[in-house]
This record gives sequence, structure tokens and C-alpha cells, in this order.
Amino acid sequence: MTSISQVASQDSALPKVRVDMLPLLLVPVLALLMLPLVGSFPTWVTLTVAGLAMGMMVFMMASGLTLIFGLMDVLNFGHGAFVSVGAFTATLVLLPMKSWVEAESVWMNLSVVGLAILLAMLVTGLLGWAFERIIIRPVYGLHLKQILITMGGMIVAEQLIHVIWGAEQIPLQLPATFRGAFIFGDAALEKYRLIAVGVGLTVFISMFLVLNRTKVGLLIRAGVENGEMVEALGYRIRRLFVGVFVAGSALAGLGGVMWGLYKETLTAAIGGEITVLVFIVIIVGGLGSVGGCFIGAMLVALVANYAGFLAPKVALVSDILVMVTVLLWRPQGLYPVAKR
Amino acid sequence: MSDPLLQLAGVHTHIGQYHILQGVDLVVPQGGITVLLGRNGAGKTTTLRTIMGLWHASRGTVRFDGGDITQSPTPDIACSGIAYVPESMGIFSDLTVRENLYLAARSVKRAGEMDEARLEWIFGFFGALKKFWNQPAGTLSGGQKQMVAIARAIVEPRKLLLIDEPTKGLAPAIIQGMIAAFRELKRTETILLVEQNFSFVCALGDSVAVMDGGRIVHSGSMAALADDRELQHKLLGLSLDAHQ
Repeated sequence: MTSISQVASQDSALPKVRVDMLPLLLVPVLALLMLPLVGSFPTWVTLTVAGLAMGMMVFMMASGLTLIFGLMDVLNFGHGAFVSVGAFTATLVLLPMKSWVEAESVWMNLSVVGLAILLAMLVTGLLGWAFERIIIRPVYGLHLKQILITMGGMIVAEQLIHVIWGAEQIPLQLPATFRGAFIFGDAALEKYRLIAVGVGLTVFISMFLVLNRTKVGLLIRAGVENGEMVEALGYRIRRLFVGVFVAGSALAGLGGVMWGLYKETLTAAIGGEITVLVFIVIIVGGLGSVGGCFIGAMLVALVANYAGFLAPKVALVSDILVMVTVLLWRPQGLYPVAKR
Repeated sequence: MSDPLLQLAGVHTHIGQYHILQGVDLVVPQGGITVLLGRNGAGKTTTLRTIMGLWHASRGTVRFDGGDITQSPTPDIACSGIAYVPESMGIFSDLTVRENLYLAARSVKRAGEMDEARLEWIFGFFGALKKFWNQPAGTLSGGQKQMVAIARAIVEPRKLLLIDEPTKGLAPAIIQGMIAAFRELKRTETILLVEQNFSFVCALGDSVAVMDGGRIVHSGSMAALADDRELQHKLLGLSLDAHQ
């Protein structure tokens, strides 16, 4: 045995682990660079927090999609439908419980929004399960058909929303204690945006912990890289697919509620309108990478906010500019997943 | 004579329009190393993938440990006791060595629950793994990755190991280490080993099957093949000539 260890140890130089820090620096460096351009510190703080809040909401909607693509190789152009359904499902709680929404009590407001989020995630999760079974399963591995059928699914979902909730816009009132802003010096920080940052960070940390500390999470990461090998180890990757699809749909539902409360007006197209932005974010982040998706969402949203203040016309194309710049630097996105 | 552990009878496998395996008959007895030899494209890897259910046989039967696994899904085949080390090694490069082995240890719920005595037994073969334990597997060299791939296959007891070209691209010193490791392994495990490196398998194999054109063209004991240079030339040399 000793000889075996000796021979094996001939190949035992400890490799250096290269930690790719550059993408992590993008968001803080961008924010600091913008400070002198914006000129006023309070304005910069307000813009930055608003950008981060928007980024967090986009991340909630995009994180599930990037995992679905990474693990299942499915291009789900119908992901926006879950955002819309999530937002509309929230009205089933928020409209009948209007007195709780209008109450000047943090706990009543949190309870009613929490309930709306739970219901939205439950409904979109179930819808995701059905969507995977009926629409996605027959087209695994067929990208063109996936695009066509998921876009079709999106159109059907939007029309069903019209049938159930009507074609009119639905106003969605922000709970009383979520309105207004905290004033720090001359900087005004909207309360709801801070809540969005908190919820987004909670989602990101939860996903990080699940993906890094649990066996299911490790299997998802392994499956993103080499699904066939996960099966050869004895795990049913199809069950992982369904689980990830349901979780991704539920996250989109959560994002839909947060986005709907942010917009304060719901239309059936609320999810469809943000689909392009969500795809830009997951492409910038590197398809399949949750960390990349997080940085991509912050980057895209911050650039949009700064550009909106400094050069409003540039803001119209800022998402595309971010994507082009990142892809020229890293053609596979900020954190490409190993197999791609 | 006891029943073979694995038996392929008249197995045909198609990949798209290509007819790769054209009636493979192969017997892997319980214990020791059975070597599957043959030139590139002879169908060795396809045979392993067909056994593993990664490609399904279009005709014929694959029987393992008394049961028919011909059309079983890959996870069921793995759970029935077959471990697979693919030619590409199939390492999860984003995960650490520890996490790679943890995923292969199906019976444990937490990484800390892995059988320490078993791990020490593995470190006896591949001492370097202990050093790389918390290193992302993607940062390792080819030889180190091969150690992880084989360690992953044996982290829990399995009835049969399918190992595809473990010496491919490895330095001679590492191959010597592999020979020593396989000598130890075959005392307790049954291995079906695909190789092109004849000197490597000569030192290890108990029985041998030679493939050509999607069929088994010879099977017998490795000792007999190793001693018979004419037979070696006929089986391995002819096979090469035919495709030059």
C-alpha cells in the first residue's frame, strides 16, 4: 500500500485556486465611478438604492430562469407568464383585505403582503409543475420548439388573465407603512425599495445556502454541469428538473408580486414586458449561474438608473449596451458555467 | 461454475442512424478484472454506455446480478450496484473533491457522515486526494481528476465498476500508480475495464474480450492472450490493419 501512496503522491502538487474576483468588483466600481458624475451625494445614494432595489426584483424573476436553463437546457420564453400570474394572484389577497393594506400597522401590512406572496408562490409553483409536464416535457432538447411553444404558453396565460381578471388595468395599492421614504441627511430612500433590497438579498442568500450547503443544491450544480453523470451516480435528474422548474416558477411569482407592488398597476403583459430584461440579465451573468445572474441584475439596473439621470436617451438602450460590453469582454457571460 | 455477474447477449445499439453494437456477447464473471480491448471506434465505450443505460440496446439483453437491466433507466442501474467512470471522467469541476465523493455516496445525507474507514482505504490508493479534499475538482490535473473519478466510483461498496480508459492522457508515473491501485482494488471489486494500453491491462486483467466492428471477436483469459504473441498480433494487429 505504501508504494501506491508514494506513486500517487507524485501527482500531488496543490493546484492554485483562481478566484475570479473581477465580476464581483463591477457593481461597487460602477457605483463609485458614478459618484463624481452624478455630482450630488444624496442624489447618488437615492439613485443607487433605487437601482439596487430594481436589480433585486429583476434577480428574483431571473434567478429561476437561469437555473432552469442551466439544469434543463430549456429556453423558457414563457417565464414572464409566471411573473404576471404571481402579480395577479396577489390581488386575490390584497384587494379583499384592503383594510389590512390601508392599516397603519407594519405587522398587518407585512402579514397581508406575506400572505399574498405565499399564495402567489404556491399558485405559480403549481402552474410551473403543470407547465413542465404539459408544455416543456415533450420538447426537451428541441430549442426551436421550446421557444415557439413557451411563447405560445405565455400568450395563452395572458389571455387567461384577461378572462379571469378582465382586460382593465388593476390598481395595486402599496401598503400604508411601505409608502414614503426614510430621509438620511438630504438623501431620500423609499421604504418599499429598501424592502425590495431586503427580500432580494434574502432570496439570494437562501439560494446560495441551498446550492452550496445541501445535497439537493450540490446535485443541481452538478446537474447544470453534467446531468448524465448525475444520473450515472443514481439520481433521477428528471425529478430535479421538476423541482427546479417549480421553484423557478415560484420565484418568478414572488418577483411578480414585488414588481406589481412597485408598479402599483397591473396589466396581463406585466411579465411579458420584463421578459427581455430578464433574458439580458441571465445572458450577462452567464447562463446557468445564480451568482452571475445576481451581479448581472444589479449591473443592468444600476446602469439604467444612472443613465436615466445622466443621459435619459442612453437609458433607452442601456440594457443592450451593458450586454454588448460584457459579452465583448466575456463572450459566455460574467460567470460561465463549466460545461458551456 | 457460478452465474456471471454481468451478461450481454446479442446486444445491438443504434445511435441515431449509426448501428454501433452489432450483436455483442460478453460475460463478466464475479470478481477480478475483465478487460475490454479494441481499436478506436470498435464499440467499447458504447458497450459500457449501453450497460449503464445511457444508450439503450435496440436488440438483445443485458443481465446484471440475475436481473434484466436492458431497458432500465440509468439511475436504477446505478442503484442496482454498478458504478461508472466515463472516459471523460465526468468530474463536477465546480464542486470540491469532497463534494464529488459526497454526491457519489448515495446512502449518506451529510458529507460528514461518509464512512471514514472507507475514505482512509481510498486514501491508501490515492493519497493525494486527502491533500485536495477541499479543492475544486476543476483545478486538478488530469491524473488527479482520474483519481477523483475512480474514488467516486468506490466511495461506497458497489457490485461492479465500469471504467473507461483510465490511463488516457496520463503520465507514465501516474499509470504505474494506477496499476498498483487496480491490483489492490481487484481483491474486493469486480471491474470491467476498457483500455487501449495493452501493457497496462496485461499486468492487471484476469479475463479479456476483444472487440472489433461492434462485436466481440475473442474472449478468454488475459494470461493466455499475454503469452500468445501470435494471437495478440492476429486480434489487435489485424484489427488495426483492417482499418488503415
